[in-house]
Amino acid sequence: MTAKGVDRDLELRLDAIRREHGETVGVEKIAEVVRSMLDTMTGDLDGGDLKLFREVESLADYIHNAKAEIAALRPGEIKNEFIASATDELDAIVGATEAATNEIMDSAEHLEALAPMMDAEVAERMTEITTRIFEACTFQDITGQRITKVVRMLKEIESRVESLVKAFGGEIESEGRKEKAIETDEDLLNGPQLPTSAADQAEIDRLLASFD
Amino acid sequence: MAVDKNMNVLIVDDYKTMLRIIRNLLKQLGFNNVDEATDGSMALQMLRVGNYGLIISDWNMEPMTGLQLLREVRADAKLKSIPFIMVTAESKSENVIAAKEAGVSNYIVKPFNAETLKTKMSSVLGDFA
Repeated sequence: MTAKGVDRDLELRLDAIRREHGETVGVEKIAEVVRSMLDTMTGDLDGGDLKLFREVESLADYIHNAKAEIAALRPGEIKNEFIASATDELDAIVGATEAATNEIMDSAEHLEALAPMMDAEVAERMTEITTRIFEACTFQDITGQRITKVVRMLKEIESRVESLVKAFGGEIESEGRKEKAIETDEDLLNGPQLPTSAADQAEIDRLLASFD
Repeated sequence: MAVDKNMNVLIVDDYKTMLRIIRNLLKQLGFNNVDEATDGSMALQMLRVGNYGLIISDWNMEPMTGLQLLREVRADAKLKSIPFIMVTAESKSENVIAAKEAGVSNYIVKPFNAETLKTKMSSVLGDFA
């Protein structure tokens, strides 16, 4: 097939793909077109065609290698496990600091309510102290805003990884969260659990009692 | 002229904890008539039916930001003369310039202390003990 013949065939195939998939085409589809083009390029090739052939062949190799490298990164796992887990942990930090801040302020307000029962000098001193407590509590707002920014960035990364997974179609499967097998003592070091999955003291007591 | 500490103050922030902190600091400064709104549009509704002597607002809120609230307030014949203090973590100079151009009375960067709040309030309301 001559270069002109290749151009015509390529045009026809591209038109067919556009009709089927629109302007966004998965990497697998591109590789399929390249393979198909290579299959058709047999017979009367001249020097220019051979150069084109080598270029297309190296493009196919490049796509193949890139796919293998990206698959080795396990983007499905990054998206479903690492990023999801990181955002959950950050949300938990905001929730916990907010709850703690409100507890601290409850206590400061109770202290303030005692002021009328004290002599003026002590009451004034205590008001100064409770003011410092209220001022210090502003950390929670700043912390919350900073963490919200980080969560937003993580969600952006998550959406880009998702696009990558989609582009590869079925070759990189979205992996769900997997329970890690416990093989060593280090595997037991999970840190604080998220409120939704943490066992409370009563559950721990029941579990311990079940051994008796 | 002495500052009327019985004036109604509207504080606006989407963080309930911050509203509570500011309310407590205002109480310690002697301002007890304090109302709260959690975003700009809620604040605007309250301003249109209430009688407020001071607005203390966060910037970063949804759906209406503090800057949009400030612009609405300054564009409203009935509200435009109410002092407006922005209390925000947005500390870039372009933020301060934008707020100034929109007519902010003063600007406090978070985190802040009671003394800063008192100083900024004094600068827009006049000295108060």
